[in-house]
Amino acid sequence: MSFFKRFSQNRGALVGLVILGLVALLALLAPFLYPDSPWRMVQRPFLAPGEVSGFWLGTDVMGRDVAAGLAHGAWVSLLIGLISTVVALAIGVPLGALAGYFGGRVDDALMRFTEFFQTIPNFALAIVLVAIMEPSTFSIVLAIAIVSWPPVARLVRGEFLSIKHREYVEAARLVGQTHRDIIIKQILPNTLSPVIVLASLMVATAILLESSLSFLGLGDPDTMSWGYMIGAARTVMRQAWWLSVIPGVAILLTVLALNLVGEGLDDALNPQLARAR
Amino acid sequence: MTLLSSVTGRLTAAALAFAAPAVAQETPQPGGVANVAIQPEPPGLMLPLVQNAPTQRVAGNIFEGLLRYDADLKPMPQLATSWDISDDGLTYTFHLHPDVKWHDGEAFSAADVVFSADVFLRETNPRTRAILDHVDSIEAPDEKTVVFTLKQPFPAFIQAFEVGTLPMVPRHIYEGTDFYNNPANNHPIGTGPFEFAKWDRGSVIELDKNPDYYEAGKPYLDKIYWHVIPDAASRAAAYENGTLNVMPAGSVENFDIPRLSEMDNSCMTEAGNEYFNPFAMLWLNNREGPTADKRFRQAVMYAIDRDFAKNVLWNGLGKVPNGPFSSTLASHDDDLEPYPYDPDKAEALLDEMGYDGEPVRLLPLPYGETWTRWAEAVRQNLEDVGINIETESSDVAGWNQKISDWDYDIAFTYLFQYGDPSLGIARTYLSSNIAKGSPWNNVEGYENPQVDKLFADAAVENDPDQRQAMYDQVQQILHDDVPLAWIMELAQPTLYRCSVHDLITTGIGLNDGFKNAWIEQ
Repeated sequence: MSFFKRFSQNRGALVGLVILGLVALLALLAPFLYPDSPWRMVQRPFLAPGEVSGFWLGTDVMGRDVAAGLAHGAWVSLLIGLISTVVALAIGVPLGALAGYFGGRVDDALMRFTEFFQTIPNFALAIVLVAIMEPSTFSIVLAIAIVSWPPVARLVRGEFLSIKHREYVEAARLVGQTHRDIIIKQILPNTLSPVIVLASLMVATAILLESSLSFLGLGDPDTMSWGYMIGAARTVMRQAWWLSVIPGVAILLTVLALNLVGEGLDDALNPQLARAR
Repeated sequence: MTLLSSVTGRLTAAALAFAAPAVAQETPQPGGVANVAIQPEPPGLMLPLVQNAPTQRVAGNIFEGLLRYDADLKPMPQLATSWDISDDGLTYTFHLHPDVKWHDGEAFSAADVVFSADVFLRETNPRTRAILDHVDSIEAPDEKTVVFTLKQPFPAFIQAFEVGTLPMVPRHIYEGTDFYNNPANNHPIGTGPFEFAKWDRGSVIELDKNPDYYEAGKPYLDKIYWHVIPDAASRAAAYENGTLNVMPAGSVENFDIPRLSEMDNSCMTEAGNEYFNPFAMLWLNNREGPTADKRFRQAVMYAIDRDFAKNVLWNGLGKVPNGPFSSTLASHDDDLEPYPYDPDKAEALLDEMGYDGEPVRLLPLPYGETWTRWAEAVRQNLEDVGINIETESSDVAGWNQKISDWDYDIAFTYLFQYGDPSLGIARTYLSSNIAKGSPWNNVEGYENPQVDKLFADAAVENDPDQRQAMYDQVQQILHDDVPLAWIMELAQPTLYRCSVHDLITTGIGLNDGFKNAWIEQ
């Protein structure tokens, strides 16, 4: 059975993929749909959705177009989610691989280091890091990456531990392949499926983390993001609930979609484990 | 709150409009607790060292000045019961209240006044230092008399004895110590109607009634709690449910003010703003970067839509200024043409100077949502004319630090006016007032010998017409040079439960303390 066929057997995963595709499309089209800055004050403040034509999601406390903010925010959320996940993988995969492959003292040292990060609550650490570095897209990506790499390292280490004594690895060692080659060419490709599944879920977590930071006012002050929109609208919940709800639903749908896709990937990449549906 | 729930409805209607004057005849009742919002949390309470607005608001209860000022800015007795000014305008003699004690029980005497003015504040407060430059000597001929002898007449001098400008510092605690690291800074000792009790950082500042206060029967309140609630919606909710009974200006979102003031048993006043009349400005760093160019600074004035900010962000309260002097000052030049909102003109000026898109940093004032939104609006205005803005974030202490170190390009601030240009305005433009370490002096680094001379001459000019001529000239020069951008004269609406009486009795408002306030039980 092909990969996509297995994937599409999970209905939820397909729905997730469609939602994710739409969000990505919105993000890509944002500069064309709303070429103006989403920060621009364009109409009266506090317009309800549809109250004035052309502003189908209304305007915020300063008369900025909510739809424009949503579109530009999609780009920011997805980008920060993806980049910080890539950075987290770049930290976590090598560390996990080294720890699992060499074992012994290397393993001990690297895992104690990993546990050091795991013992601190993710979000608290992210807040501290962003506050110290001063909020900017760079510091937010870095902070999210720093708090989210430990699970990757542990996962990769586990996979390495189970694979490194397989026969084909022993064979590679016998023919005199270097450690580097064995790690990169022999073992790593075989650990990828669980890492991919984990990565899709990490993107979702990263989007949530970014939104939470922005909500607390620790977002990049020059970037329109969904979390910022909710944070800025929180004080006007009574007057204009939609200002918080619209970006909130956007976050909900995107994170849900990523989770569904992650589950679908899990099924598709591990056919033996796939649950009966 | 039980105190509030016992209040009957009979008050509400009558008190709504004329709260303070209408009930002034009623007899104050002792007891009760004021729960006040403080936004943001002050960086410290040692008023003689720290001058942020939230510090002044809380510490005005702990410290006192020699005088207070009524709504017409006429002096009223406080620590000084009477005063004489010699006919030549050179000698100011103050007679102190006979039985004032510091919170630690030591007697307050003329020596404390001399120490505070001549030693402590000269070192720590650049604004006070600039005023005291007019003073030749400060002497205490006896325990309860202080004589200030001026170098030349300085008519505004009598306006300078307010608690934020000349707070009295206990000599027995500070003399000969490192003022900035004295342990008493964490437990400030003053002569005021309330004593510092404790401060749970991030939560509440507690002030207790001073039982030995020298004005018999006062203060009426037992305690004041200053609640630190960082979120504006939570502050509004705390006022609605009765947890808070006084909301100083800036503690609720502007769009929430009409709703909260229309509640039952809720009063609002704009009084108490007369002395300070806070003036919102953008510091423009005159030393380096694009902001060093006069044309760039003028472009900023043309680019910012100040009416938008007033109508949308401040709910129509406040006033768009026409120049460097606020409209409530007697010496304000009404004929000055305000900079209109004209993005095209701004772009033309930027083209003329050859602005190349060099990034310009914008530092918002971390005083809450309205200021954050305001910074966003200004950033958008500036980006619309092609200025490349990078917004920075900071907390209040970081903001103080950056401005004091001149580490900014454009920064939000607001400054008090102190009733006279020589007290509140000259300090921002005098080149002699350029010094690192304070966020309240000439931090933009503007230097103009002509302006220096005009301010100096006007301050010591006894003839009102000649003084006005000089001030007119200086306003014109500053208006053209744009050392900084004048964006708004802020309104200062105070919201309070109508059962709280005599909350604001002077032109200094809440910053003058809760000495006269009482709660109807």
